[in-house]
Amino acid sequence: MRSTPMIYCRRSVEILDAKTKDKLCFLDKVRTYTISFHHDPQWYPARQSIRLDPKGKSLKDEDVLQHLPVGTTATFYFRDLGAQISWVTVFLTEYTGPLVIYLMFYFRVPFIYAPKYDFTTSKHWVVHLACMCHSFHYVKRLLETLFVHRFSHGTMPLRNIFKNCTYYWGFAAWMAYYINHPLYTPPIYGEQQIRLALIVFLFCQIGNFSIHVALRNLRPPGSKTRKIPYPTKNPFTWIFLLVSCPNYTYELGSWLGFTLMTQCLPVAFFTLVGFIQMTVWAKGKHRSYLKEFRDYPPLRSPILPFVL
Amino acid sequence: MASSEDDGTVEEKENNNKKRTKSAVATAWLTFYNIAMTAGWLVLAMAMMRFYIQKGTHKGLYRSIARTLKFFQTFALVEVGHCAIGIVRTSVIVTGVQVCSRIFMVWFITNSIRQIQSEESVILFLVVWTMTEITRYSYYTFSLLHHLPYFIKWARYNLFIILYPLGVIGELMTIYAALPFVRRSGMYSMRLPNMYNVSFDYYYCLIIVMLSYIPLFPQLYFHMLRQRRRVLHGEVIVEKDD
Repeated sequence: MRSTPMIYCRRSVEILDAKTKDKLCFLDKVRTYTISFHHDPQWYPARQSIRLDPKGKSLKDEDVLQHLPVGTTATFYFRDLGAQISWVTVFLTEYTGPLVIYLMFYFRVPFIYAPKYDFTTSKHWVVHLACMCHSFHYVKRLLETLFVHRFSHGTMPLRNIFKNCTYYWGFAAWMAYYINHPLYTPPIYGEQQIRLALIVFLFCQIGNFSIHVALRNLRPPGSKTRKIPYPTKNPFTWIFLLVSCPNYTYELGSWLGFTLMTQCLPVAFFTLVGFIQMTVWAKGKHRSYLKEFRDYPPLRSPILPFVL
Repeated sequence: MASSEDDGTVEEKENNNKKRTKSAVATAWLTFYNIAMTAGWLVLAMAMMRFYIQKGTHKGLYRSIARTLKFFQTFALVEVGHCAIGIVRTSVIVTGVQVCSRIFMVWFITNSIRQIQSEESVILFLVVWTMTEITRYSYYTFSLLHHLPYFIKWARYNLFIILYPLGVIGELMTIYAALPFVRRSGMYSMRLPNMYNVSFDYYYCLIIVMLSYIPLFPQLYFHMLRQRRRVLHGEVIVEKDD
C-alpha cells in the first residue's frame, strides 16, 4: 500500500527502519513534504509502508501530520513491503488462465485424454452448456475487472500472483478434466436437474453483477470514500437488507448451480473451498463495517442471511 | 459504553475468576491427558519388548499391539482441539499435520495393507514413535506439574536428532513396500465412469505422499533444531516476520 503522508506544519520528522530501528532520515522544521524515498528506483512508493508503530498499520496517503498523534518530533517507521504488483494485473492473469485452460480440455487438445479422442467433442449437451457457463463466468469477471471494479488498494505483494494463479488454474484444470472426459456421466436427474441448475446459475450471475455495479456506484471515480451499501431499485440488490457481502452470496450460488449442472465432485470441492475463503473475507468486511459505521443495519449477516 | 466504575471492577473480577477456573480446569485436563498418554505408550513399549523377548521374532508383533496403538495414536487427535481452543500454545496447522501423518500411517498403510505388517521398517518406526512419544508426553506432564527433571528436557530436545530421521526412513520404507500391493488390489481407488465424475488412484497418491516428505521433513527438522537452540542454550532466534 502506498504511503506518502502530506505534512503541512512546522515539526521535525524522523524516519526509522521498522526492523533494525536505524535512523533512515531526519527532516527538521517540516513545512510541506510528502514523505517517500526516491533514492533507489527499486523502492517505488507502492512498496513503502510508513507507520507510527513498527508492528502497526500503515499510514494512508491522505493522512496529515497535524492530525496524527505525534509530538514535536514525529517518529515514523519505514517498512519495505516487498515487490508489488497491481490488483488489475493479478485479476486479469488469474481469470484468463481458467478461461483458456477449460477450453483446452473442452476441445480435447492432444496429450490430455487417449489419442483416439483428440479434438473430438462430447456427445452430452450438458458438457457444451457447462463450457458456455464456465467461459461466460470468467469473461464476465475479466470485463468487470476492466470496467466495473474500483479498487481501494493499487497493489498487492508479488507472491500473491503465484499463489492465486495456482489456485484458480489448478482447480480449473481439475474440474475441466472430468467434465470434458470421454467417460463423463451426465447428471442423474437429467434435463430437470440441468434446467434448475442453469436457472440458479444465471440468476446468481445477474445478481453478482448487480452487486458489483451497486458497489461501484457507491464510490465516485478516483475517490476512496467508504459508504454503507443499500438496496437500490434493482431487485437483485434487495439482498443487501439481509447480507453485508451479497456478491459472495451470489458467487456461492453460481458455483452451487454449476456443481448441480455438472454433477462433478471436483466442482463441489472447488465450491466448498471458495465458500470457506469468501466467508473469511465476508466476516472481515462485516466486522470493519460494524467498526466504521455506528448506524450499520443490525439485521445483516456477513454472507448467508441469518446463518453466517 | 458508559457504566459506573464499580460495575466495571466487579465485572473485571468476575471475568478474572472465570479465566482462572477455566485455566485450572484446562491444566487439570491436560495433566490427566499427558499422564494417560505417557502410560499408554509405556504399555505399548513394554508389550513390544515382551513379545520380542518371548517369541524372538518381530513377525506378528504388529498384530499383537495393533489395537493399543490404534487407540492411543487416534486419541492424539484431541491435541488439535487443544490448540484450536487455545489451552496449548502451538499452531493448529503444525499439530494437525503431525497427528494426521501418524493417523495416515496407522490406519491407511499399516492397518489396511496386511502384507507389510511383518516388514522390519514397521518395527523401526514403531520403536521410534514409542521412544519419541514417551519422552514428549512425560515432558509435558512434568512441565505442567512444574517439576521438570533436566534429563527429560535433554531427552526431548536431543533424541529427536537421531529419532526423527530414523522414523522418516521407517515410514518411507513401509509405504514403498506397500506400493505393489496397493497397485494390485486397487484399494481406496475410484475409476471412471462413475456418477460423481471423479477418479482417485491411491497408488499415485502414495507416491505423492512419499515425495512430499522431501520439502516437509527438512522444514520440521530445522524447526525442532531451532527450538532446541532456544530452549537448551537460551539463544534468541530472530524469526522472519512477514
